[in-house]
Amino acid sequence: MPDRLSSTFSALADPTRRAILARLTSGEASVTELAAPFEMSMPAISRHLKVLERAGLIARGREAQWRPCRLKASPLKDVASWVAHYRRFWEDNFERLDRYLIELKKKEKKYGRKNQK
Amino acid sequence: MVAKTKNSAALTVTTPTDREIVITRAFDAPRRLVFEAYTNPEHLPHWMLGPQGWTMPVCEIDLRPGGAWHFGWRHSNGQQMEMRGVYREVTPPERLVSTESWGGDWPETVNTLTLAEENGQTTITCRILYPSKEARDAALKTGMKEGMALSFNRLAERLGAMAQRQS
Repeated sequence: MPDRLSSTFSALADPTRRAILARLTSGEASVTELAAPFEMSMPAISRHLKVLERAGLIARGREAQWRPCRLKASPLKDVASWVAHYRRFWEDNFERLDRYLIELKKKEKKYGRKNQK
Repeated sequence: MVAKTKNSAALTVTTPTDREIVITRAFDAPRRLVFEAYTNPEHLPHWMLGPQGWTMPVCEIDLRPGGAWHFGWRHSNGQQMEMRGVYREVTPPERLVSTESWGGDWPETVNTLTLAEENGQTTITCRILYPSKEARDAALKTGMKEGMALSFNRLAERLGAMAQRQS
């Protein structure tokens, strides 16, 4: 049984595949539509779609000609929650650090730099 | 597509490999000052507090290779949290490598902080490396499930930002 999360990560490791997923968050699309922003052959795009499909990140419709792709969210949720954990912790911290650095800069201006030779 | 406010636009969180998280953020201050704010126990409890409601009553730092650090937080509801590690490399004001663990089942990660200064602005990059896929999975199981409510818009933003950055 392959490690699902690892296949999610390797699918996400490629910028073209991430761009395809980002496009699919706004709704399903055909292969031609997905290929449009890239300077890439259709077979190359199809290979990327196969990787995403194997990782369970997208599903493809049955219609013979059109076969629209759509995003499947569940494998992304684990990755997203991993990222969200860090984002939540650091977002507030860094906004506070922004403000704190302004204070530190003011203090230095007023009293001069400490411990400088 | 990336974000609405100046501050949140500056924060990126990416997963370049399946064992790494990379956080970057720019600050309007020289890196000497950012490094100081990151490593001096006089400064850290002013900002490294996580989400609202927490204070940081414990902040012990022995800033040298092999030196230990220990941070402790307390929430107004009585909940407590702590994090410990050991410094491996200390190169002010540009690089800091340390181990980090939240205790319990949480695996020990190796965190590499680098600070780059340009025109008085400092961009920090924090690379958090999990020792193995198993450790990463354990971390996911232990404490991150609550983060599952991440909105789809947020995810779209993140993927878009990742795609832009890498293309």
